[in-house]
Amino acid sequence: MTGPQDRSHGPDAGSGYYGHPVVKAPVWKPAIALYFFTGGVAGASSTLALAAGLTDNRRLARSALVASAAGIAVSGPLLVADLGRPARFLNMLRVAKPSSPMSVGSWILSAFAPASMLAAVCDVTGRLPRLGRAAAAVAGALGPAVATYTAVLVADTAIPAWHDAYRELPLVFAGSAATSAAGAALAFTPVADAGPARRLAVIGAVLDVGAFRAMEHRLGEVSGPYENGRAGRLARAAEACLAAGAMLVPAAGRRRSAAVAAGALLCTGSLLTRFSVFRAGFESAADPAATIRPQRRRMEGTERPPVTTPTPGSTRARPTSESTVDP
Amino acid sequence: MGFFTDTSICIGCKACEVACKEWNDVPEDGLNFLSTSYDNTGGLGADTWRHVAFIEQPIQVAAVGDNGVRWLMSSDVCKHCTHAACLDVCPTGALFRTEFDTVVVQQDVCNGCGYCVPACPFGVIDKRESDGRVWKCTLCYDRLKSDMEPACAKACPTQSIQFGPLDELRDRAAGRLGVLREAGVADARLYGADEDDGVGGFGAFFLLLDDPEVYGLPPDPVVTTRDLPRMWKAAAGAALALVGAVAAACARPR
Repeated sequence: MTGPQDRSHGPDAGSGYYGHPVVKAPVWKPAIALYFFTGGVAGASSTLALAAGLTDNRRLARSALVASAAGIAVSGPLLVADLGRPARFLNMLRVAKPSSPMSVGSWILSAFAPASMLAAVCDVTGRLPRLGRAAAAVAGALGPAVATYTAVLVADTAIPAWHDAYRELPLVFAGSAATSAAGAALAFTPVADAGPARRLAVIGAVLDVGAFRAMEHRLGEVSGPYENGRAGRLARAAEACLAAGAMLVPAAGRRRSAAVAAGALLCTGSLLTRFSVFRAGFESAADPAATIRPQRRRMEGTERPPVTTPTPGSTRARPTSESTVDP
Repeated sequence: MGFFTDTSICIGCKACEVACKEWNDVPEDGLNFLSTSYDNTGGLGADTWRHVAFIEQPIQVAAVGDNGVRWLMSSDVCKHCTHAACLDVCPTGALFRTEFDTVVVQQDVCNGCGYCVPACPFGVIDKRESDGRVWKCTLCYDRLKSDMEPACAKACPTQSIQFGPLDELRDRAAGRLGVLREAGVADARLYGADEDDGVGGFGAFFLLLDDPEVYGLPPDPVVTTRDLPRMWKAAAGAALALVGAVAAACARPR
């Protein structure tokens, strides 16, 4: 008998075992993509509110505070509803694990959400103004973390289109969050007070689209989902909405109706960006070649990648408190 | 403790799949014809903790010319990685490392967030929709506590699945590899026996007769959290960019 034909390096080198995916697609529902948007609105809005408050633009600060509170109020139920066991959502605060972006995010949110809502309530009712300002400061400081940790959350997986994008994804999410916060503020603030929101809208849209394109470019062969298929169409639609919204910004400085239209377009663009990234993960996971080919090339190229110090709790050699059964 | 699965002596009987289901009370995983040789479970999942892969490879054999077939069979299982991504990303601490160095889900803690599912570089762990929580091989944690070997290893009629201390198993695997190489099986190789690989070595490793991807396994898996410090750094940069963008926008108050 001669050796078997070496099919693994043939034309369908990436198809693996009957074309079955190597990694599992997420089990997350679209509610999670929606949360990436609402959490982004909330995070960036609270930072915008803090800056507007510090520069004594009370009208802008108020609409941003309300947008932040509304965004985070929607986020909680979205996150809990996606759990397989919603009644156990408090288990998220059972441990604090730096190795789990979801654990880190849970702790950030549990400080941010009350601060954001308290700041909005105090501002709108005029009660306890000093407590309100302190809460707004806490929310404003945590806002950038709320807006960007979700990028680490998706990047810290085995899905190539998510993991390999870890450099640009936080910038995409930061830009998308800024755009949506600016869009919400544009729609709900009088034209005369909305100047900072208009400038933030343009900066955010440029950051969102620019980082997204840079991500597609650097990902190379695993960027497929961002360019083709449903995720690709969502990305193109996002770009179109963001471009149209940004072009309406000058008119938004004159007429409130244009500001509302620009705000709606910018928020839609931001939402579509999140859904594109979300969807791309599913498409990337379904493609065995996206997992196999880069690994095969890495193996045959040079040496093995260096193994750095593992994160606490994961190591066989260094057992931690996680290493035994909880009572 | 761990597994050494020697696929060169697997006969595809699926006794491991059945024993696992029986012992662990794993629900039915679909009675399907998948047109994938004798495989009708497809792959590991919430309700399939041992999965026997069947690959029919066309080969040339002197007696029948081009019509020869080489049949690869391999019983796949959770790798119980030394650096386990599922355990790293679990936000509740439901996934933990046992006193046997295995990776197990505490079902009374898991809240079904599903983060471990896309984190696993092998696509092992999955959510059971009827239940809401995630499930995978426990390496028969309950049996180990009673000094019994896991159900699959116990049921394996050819000792293709061997259970024991990992260093002992690695020695045995190296010996077996030498015997196969000597016999002319040039493609035989160990998969997951190297402690310097991207997941720090598997707690359940394999002897394969072809490239890992032929069996549906990633050729060079790396635990995703290895890059986590760089990810947080990128996120910190992006957060600063967001602060800068807001500051620039608010430089003029109106």
